[in-house]
Amino acid sequence: MAEATRFRGGGMTREHLEPTDEVRDSPELYYPWPYLDRPRIEWPGGARIAFWVAPNVEFYELDPPAGPVQPSTLWRPAPDLLNYSIRDYGNRAGFWRMLALFDELGVRASVSLNVAMCDHFPEIVEEMVAREWELFSHGIYNSRYLYGLSGEQERAVIEDARSAIFRASGQTLDGWLSPALTNTPRTLELLAQAGIRYTLDLFHDDQPQPVGVSSGRLISLPYSLEVNDWTGLHTSRGTPAEYAERIRDQFDRLYAEGAESGTVMCLPLHPFLIGVAHRVDHLAGAVDYILGHDGVWHATGREIAQWYLDHYYDATLAAQRAFAERWA
Amino acid sequence: MTVPRTYVSYPHRRPGMDHDRYPRDNVFARAPLRWPGGARVALWLMPLVEFFPLDMPLNAAPGGMTRPYPDYWNYTLRDYGNRVGVYRILRALDARGLKASVAFNSRAAERDRFLLDQVVRRGWEVVAMGTDMARIHRTDVAQEVEAEWVRESLSVLRRLSGQPVTGWVSPALSESFRTPDLVAAEGVEYLCDWLNDDLPYAFRVDGGGAFFGMPQGHELSDLKLMSEYGHSASQYAEQVIDCFEFLYREAAEYGGRILSLPLRPWLIGVPHRIGALERILDHVVARAGVWSATGAEILASWRAQAGAVA
Repeated sequence: MAEATRFRGGGMTREHLEPTDEVRDSPELYYPWPYLDRPRIEWPGGARIAFWVAPNVEFYELDPPAGPVQPSTLWRPAPDLLNYSIRDYGNRAGFWRMLALFDELGVRASVSLNVAMCDHFPEIVEEMVAREWELFSHGIYNSRYLYGLSGEQERAVIEDARSAIFRASGQTLDGWLSPALTNTPRTLELLAQAGIRYTLDLFHDDQPQPVGVSSGRLISLPYSLEVNDWTGLHTSRGTPAEYAERIRDQFDRLYAEGAESGTVMCLPLHPFLIGVAHRVDHLAGAVDYILGHDGVWHATGREIAQWYLDHYYDATLAAQRAFAERWA
Repeated sequence: MTVPRTYVSYPHRRPGMDHDRYPRDNVFARAPLRWPGGARVALWLMPLVEFFPLDMPLNAAPGGMTRPYPDYWNYTLRDYGNRVGVYRILRALDARGLKASVAFNSRAAERDRFLLDQVVRRGWEVVAMGTDMARIHRTDVAQEVEAEWVRESLSVLRRLSGQPVTGWVSPALSESFRTPDLVAAEGVEYLCDWLNDDLPYAFRVDGGGAFFGMPQGHELSDLKLMSEYGHSASQYAEQVIDCFEFLYREAAEYGGRILSLPLRPWLIGVPHRIGALERILDHVVARAGVWSATGAEILASWRAQAGAVA
């Protein structure tokens, strides 16, 4: 069928979608909204930047089933020792170094959790819950993608995450980052139907944004593929010192711009990357630098989303609609 | 379309790992280790002597042939490491009184008896690394074929070195699901392919014999940092020294640590990089409480204490 050509390269074809899924040339999930003369956002206490830290606490399987579509060619055939064992290092060593560092610096994290971690490493989850860190969903395993799932199967993944997080922590499931950043065209709609408050799957802004879904109020919260340790250290091949510099530079600019209208900076991390001995001190220096500034609201994803929903969501959406009509 | 039910079922979702090689663990919840002489950090240097056949399949391993046959470019750069670069490493270690475990492809040892003799006469440990870099251990290799590769590697290296050869590292750090069982069946006692720990740990193999995982410093290696990531030699040295300092500090609270440092002669052994290794070693040996050891010595010390377990 004709649409199949649109997916060339990723292994995805029309057959991997539901018959009711639409294939479009843009996500159609948000309005244009130029980063110029926007209405002012103020964070609690007059802070100019909301800073949140989002470690991805993950479990990769040694022998995952082959999915219909693979997101990348990073992987060797099973057993992919290099990729598997460094991630196990993250849970045996890296996580605990990160935990000690966060305790020392006073970081209250928001955890992007593969919820199977509640089963495999319950003591890790207990430590996070004891610190009242927010747990949100990063799917079940990072080796199980959403690609190719039916709507029913995808809803089951969302419900699985919700119940696993509730059982482990008593927390509601308020945030979502798709496992390995794999989406179907209906993921965000299903998140909204499930009452989830924020998604991290979109990267189009440095301020929270309403997401165009047909029910509920879902917002896109800024995550980051720029100061993510995966991109900063791994795909961009930065040294630990260069990565720390990147974090500081990102903060300096968003902090300056936050004087006009509040910005959000997320620092996404992976214990298997940042928790190795030659990198921990560089992260410590960068986070200490950020938290040493006045006017930084160190919050969780849930708190930022709630503040935005309470104070800015409705007005912003109305203004964006008006803008779109004016320039249509 | 929907995915098969197996894709959305999770048979290994339970406490612990999704395999039975070792239980889940926490590096910081173990009894502190004490190395000989009260050392804080065991320095475990591992030069890797690799043989990349000119007629190997393209793109089969990092450092392997990538260009149409005959790929003199890649072949001779790797061969340079074993003719020239490795001797710069030897001299750097000799000058500082350090020892090493040297991993050999058995075909590299067969082709270079002089180098093997240099290692053996220093009293250093020979570790087995398969037969050559064309034979990558993968699950799609027939079991009897892989078993024969293991036997060939170990029998050649034991015969030529006169050592028991109890350590194994797989070429390109690639294993099949059977590799640990196959090498254990041939008398190997420790495996250094997995990146999951900073210390030795018990590893289950068929037959239930004493078998252990040992830390693999791949994340801090010349291959990862200078070849894959393109970092400069001084950036490499800075990271290794940062790692050493962090482990040295950590050891004061949590007990002995290991700095595992793999060295590819074709990378670290070239003139513009060898100075980085020398600076690293100068930094490390200037500290009190550093124990230069082979893998077998580190494992023996660990077993005597953790003893317990093993």
